[in-house]
Amino acid sequence: MSILLLVAAGGFLGAVCRFLLGSFVQSKHRTDFPFGTFVINLTGSFLLGILFAQNKLHPLVFFFFGTGFMGAYTTFSTFELESNELRRKNKLLLCLVYLLSSALLGILFAYLGYRVGKIL
Amino acid sequence: MDILAVGIGGIFGALCRYGIGNLAHNLSVSIFPYGTLTVNLIGSFLLSFVAYGSLLRWNLPRHYLLAVNTGFVGSFTTFSTFSVETMNLILQEQYLTALSYQIISLVAGFLLSWAGIRLATVLFENP
Repeated sequence: MSILLLVAAGGFLGAVCRFLLGSFVQSKHRTDFPFGTFVINLTGSFLLGILFAQNKLHPLVFFFFGTGFMGAYTTFSTFELESNELRRKNKLLLCLVYLLSSALLGILFAYLGYRVGKIL
Repeated sequence: MDILAVGIGGIFGALCRYGIGNLAHNLSVSIFPYGTLTVNLIGSFLLSFVAYGSLLRWNLPRHYLLAVNTGFVGSFTTFSTFSVETMNLILQEQYLTALSYQIISLVAGFLLSWAGIRLATVLFENP
């Protein structure tokens, strides 16, 4: 029961942070590149990498910050919809750059977070 | 009000992801991250279908759309777990699994998102 509450609370906060930060970042740009989701997914991958490296972490902390917060903060569905919208606008190169840079930098940021987490 | 709609959707999205993740974990014997793959693929289809369905026909009130798409589906799918799981596969030297996980997620997610848009367009455009 407490696990469900922690996942739910993390999910609430993660989704709200994504909404606020995503709207803010996107409002600063007039380009087609979806910087909002891009920034969210990379920072989230970095932070989850840090969390992943903590092997003395209490499982309940991971349910709140990892499964709940980081899981809800980052998003895969919006990422794929935005890629499709770039394709629909015939911005094929930008679509490919968005897909590949998110995927590769996501792994890199997760690894950087992991290394930082090992030092902490 | 916007924040509340997104947050409440986010609660249910995170809980459903946790539930499906657990189920997939209990059913599978392999190291392939089926749980995350399942939620990410279902969510990619659903988000696009609802976004275009609302755009073309339903005219969902702003708060409903925020709760369902930004809140629920946005939280249901996850990118951070996708990245960390891939990194973990690479650290364990499961290069082929890592590569196939990335390619299947990206390509199938893209195709399912496209299918969601197409289905909404076919059903709801120019009745």
